[in-house]
Amino acid sequence: MRLLLQLFWTFFKIGALTFGSGYAMISIIENEVVDRRHWFEREEFYNHFTLAQSAPGPIALNTAVFTGYRVKGFWGAAVSVLGMAIPSFVIILLIAVCLTDFRDNSYVNAAFMGMRPCVVALIAVPCIRLILRLKGFWQILLATASLALIAFTGVSPVLLLAIGAVIGLVLTYYAKP
Amino acid sequence: MIYLQLFLAYLKIGFFGFGGGYPMISLIYNEMVVRHTWLTQSVFTDIVAISQMTPGPIALNCATFVGYSVTGSVWGSVLTTVAVCTPSMTLMLLITVFYRRLQNNRLMKGALDWMRPVLAGLIGAAAVMFLNRETFFDWKTVLVCVASLAAVWKKINPIWVLLASAVLGILLFSGSPG
Repeated sequence: MRLLLQLFWTFFKIGALTFGSGYAMISIIENEVVDRRHWFEREEFYNHFTLAQSAPGPIALNTAVFTGYRVKGFWGAAVSVLGMAIPSFVIILLIAVCLTDFRDNSYVNAAFMGMRPCVVALIAVPCIRLILRLKGFWQILLATASLALIAFTGVSPVLLLAIGAVIGLVLTYYAKP
Repeated sequence: MIYLQLFLAYLKIGFFGFGGGYPMISLIYNEMVVRHTWLTQSVFTDIVAISQMTPGPIALNCATFVGYSVTGSVWGSVLTTVAVCTPSMTLMLLITVFYRRLQNNRLMKGALDWMRPVLAGLIGAAAVMFLNRETFFDWKTVLVCVASLAAVWKKINPIWVLLASAVLGILLFSGSPG
């Protein structure tokens, strides 16, 4: 019971106090679960984190799941996810409910007019970083084709992800080991 | 039944949301703005901006916000949040249980290796879809975007960049209508 509470509290804190995507949170989570609580060896934590990145779903939640499971099994994972989700849920809901009242305020409106172009930049940067790490001509071609197909023809991104996975599987299966 | 449709759409977003928050934005856009037209482009952009600025994972913040915006009710948020947590509570749990066997699996590495270019395209498409006249209505907005790009590239914390552009927005646009 004490471990479950500790898990809940740890991830509640992380959810309430950290900003950004899973990548931005990793060092904070690492500090909590490796350095403070000693739930993992550092090396082991990173190995798990690689898998958390590769699995579908938010990376921060996946991290909560593997930590929770390692410490206290299924219920450990469940309370960790709950701890992580509650702060987001409450804070965003408050904002969403209040925003309808502020939406017509000219200052709020102007602030959003400034933030919209910034959001485009925030999305473009991880894309550029990812493209720079691709290997070889064919991967870059696949990236460009995916971009064009999704943005201009309405092909489902899900289909393209599946195609990418199949290409990878076939290439690996027939590659010389 | 909008609640059921919303839940299923978000489940799909969760299970194909490889790579976390940013690629997910593109999937959410595709489902909520393009396919179901539950949200307009500018409402969606604002949701993304607020999800960035508030604490918590972007994917979770977005889910709560989208759920509320589409249905106008707290239950919409509950549904989308549960849906976005489902892949972690099922697939990731299985992966953790079979951790040792998966760790060095060649086929899994190969598949992920070729999903990465699609992810890059996915995120890029999200950026391209935001290039519209509502967002970029004059040269000042283009300037804000370029400055933000440089700042984020230099690894300045995105929260500060967003706050700075909000302040810039108030200074530059609070006189103009719309």
